[in-house]
Amino acid sequence: MSEHAKRVRFLSGNEACSLGALAAGCRFFGGYPISPSSEIAEFLSGQLPKVGGKFIQMEDEIASIGAILGASLAGAKTMTATSGPGLSLMQENLGFGMMAEIPCVVVDVMRGGPSTGNPTGPSQSDVMALRWGTHGDHPVVVVCPASIKEVYYGTIDCFNYAEMMRTPVILAMDEITAHMREKIEIPAPEELHIEYRRKPTVKPGESYFPYQPAQDLVPVMADYGEGIRYHVTGLNHDKTGFPTGNPEIMEEGNRRLLEKIEHNKEKLLKYEEYKVSDAEVLVVAYGSTARSAKRAVDDARERGVKAGLFRPITLYPIPDKALQAAAAKAKRVIVPEMNLGQYIMIVERVLGHSVKLSGVNLVNGEPIQPSRILSAIMGE
Amino acid sequence: MAMDYFEYLRKDKMPHIWCPGCGHGTIVKSILRAIDKLQWKKDDVVVVSGIGCSSRTPGYLDFNTLHTTHGRALAFATGIKVANPKLHVVVVAGDGDSMAIGGNHFIHTCRRNLDITLVVYNNNIYGMTGGQASPTTFKGSRGTTAPYGAIEDPFDVCEMAKAAGASFVARALDLDAVAMDRVIVAAMENKGFSVVDAWSQCTTYFGRQNKWGSASDMMDRYKEMTYNVKAADKLAPEQKAGKFPLGVLHQVQRTEWCEQYDKLIESLKARD
Ligand SMILES: Cc1ncc(C[n+]2csc(CCOP(=O)(O)OP(=O)(O)O)c2C)c(N)n1
Ligand code: SF4
Repeated sequence: MSEHAKRVRFLSGNEACSLGALAAGCRFFGGYPISPSSEIAEFLSGQLPKVGGKFIQMEDEIASIGAILGASLAGAKTMTATSGPGLSLMQENLGFGMMAEIPCVVVDVMRGGPSTGNPTGPSQSDVMALRWGTHGDHPVVVVCPASIKEVYYGTIDCFNYAEMMRTPVILAMDEITAHMREKIEIPAPEELHIEYRRKPTVKPGESYFPYQPAQDLVPVMADYGEGIRYHVTGLNHDKTGFPTGNPEIMEEGNRRLLEKIEHNKEKLLKYEEYKVSDAEVLVVAYGSTARSAKRAVDDARERGVKAGLFRPITLYPIPDKALQAAAAKAKRVIVPEMNLGQYIMIVERVLGHSVKLSGVNLVNGEPIQPSRILSAIMGE
Repeated sequence: MAMDYFEYLRKDKMPHIWCPGCGHGTIVKSILRAIDKLQWKKDDVVVVSGIGCSSRTPGYLDFNTLHTTHGRALAFATGIKVANPKLHVVVVAGDGDSMAIGGNHFIHTCRRNLDITLVVYNNNIYGMTGGQASPTTFKGSRGTTAPYGAIEDPFDVCEMAKAAGASFVARALDLDAVAMDRVIVAAMENKGFSVVDAWSQCTTYFGRQNKWGSASDMMDRYKEMTYNVKAADKLAPEQKAGKFPLGVLHQVQRTEWCEQYDKLIESLKARD
């Protein structure tokens, strides 16, 4: 077999995510089983010890995210994987990770909700929980792949973004993306671009400020045990990391958390534009729904309607400028989602009321068929 | 030579937040004396806490320090220890933090037997939030959420730890620094998960609500409520009834989690 043939695999999304994590340098996974994400924990429990990494099954999702944040402070690239109910349990510590600026990756394989909902059916109903689930104003980066290849590279992107931005980053898959299989050629390690957190360069005797923003607004990060002792807290803190009640410093610190994402947005944004340049009807879709949408766009074009697809791969931060450009000629914009209208609120905010906006929504545990999106495009 | 506490304290973070008479500070001194005695390098020590008066400890200490969310310190500590087993990981927590909201993490960390030392600053009350009842509030004792006295039976931290599989379990009172030092050193020396139930008095909330008097009056009460486990044989059953033993209450040899995992890694290498 040629080297090339050897690297071609037929993988599910959950497998591709696990392999992407290993390729990105993930060496610690703490998790708690939940459909439809459990295969990630299962796969990594077998693979991590083979590469000297650590897998630990925690007692719940609160502990899982606590453990990956702790392990990240000790220097490891870390990940956990869950689904809706687990995501709900993780919210407090997710906010801790954002406040204390600790890199890690959280995979959310979306299933139907609320509550236990539909454990084995696809859904995209966490899209707002991913944005606003934890309390307080907080920075969010969410990547949403639509193919197996994109899951693999998207997982690596998540690790890179987490290390670059010093913040938890979420990979949001839906059950279809997690469980379908596609062919993928696994790249050689040297073909990959891998980021690592920037380390302080202070000499002994000099002070290290763990929350002093660098030029790109992201502070450099020391690992525990490396010889720089510092304090980490979820309380409002100043650049030294210690709690503060100073109103100016609190205001500045809270604002910077959001600004660091806004400032570096261009590095985090990925999206696909499909036949948008002359599109009079624009479909905005993400995840597996975008696959149906693409088919519907082609079918509509065959019927003489100038349809196009804008597919955010980065859901947050919002690719607003690109979306506005894609919708420049659109009279109507359609947002199909496996929820009752979540990302459409974002689209509405970005495009305003100049276009006619409508959703195609389904929450019955079945994927949205191209025909339903086509009907919406045709105005039926 | 007497040790210099300031070697281990972040002087610029003083004064601390604790009330006059609070027992938390004396436990911190015991922890520092133990670390000094064991000659742990400051760079290798991580002190992790949750939320509460007791959980403010890490901010005052010149180690790698982490002040997490309420009840979750052991989860974070687990990640730290597993990711870098060379680090000495010490967790400090209140009775509310470790036995109520963090109860699940407590029992599972006992079960896993990671080489971590947990010191529970047990004052039988929620100090930071204003004196509400905790899982270790004695039956009949008052809290701001138990104005007629607690109607529930409390947890015994040590019995819980033992039952859940901790490999070292001890209890000491803040008033007896020598005994406290001894058990904390032994806990830190134990290669596995160690739990120290360190009794501390909350003068401001427990003391006032229950009319237990001053800090020293409260300590006298604690003394009356306990006995030295070494003297247990000499005491009649009625002398021990309803009282709490002090000292090292449980110690067993169990394989530590990281050692077990390292063996797994080695065995997988051998298979290739
Ligand atoms: C999730 C969550 N729930 C509640 C609180 C409020 N809270 C802060 S400290 C505390 C209890 C502290 O009591 P304890 O752990 O016994 O420590 P002490 O203050 O007595 O040392 C509570 C309930 C919180 N911070 N987070
Ligand atoms: S409120 Fe109680 S526990 Fe908190 S510092 Fe004061 S005395 Fe100590």
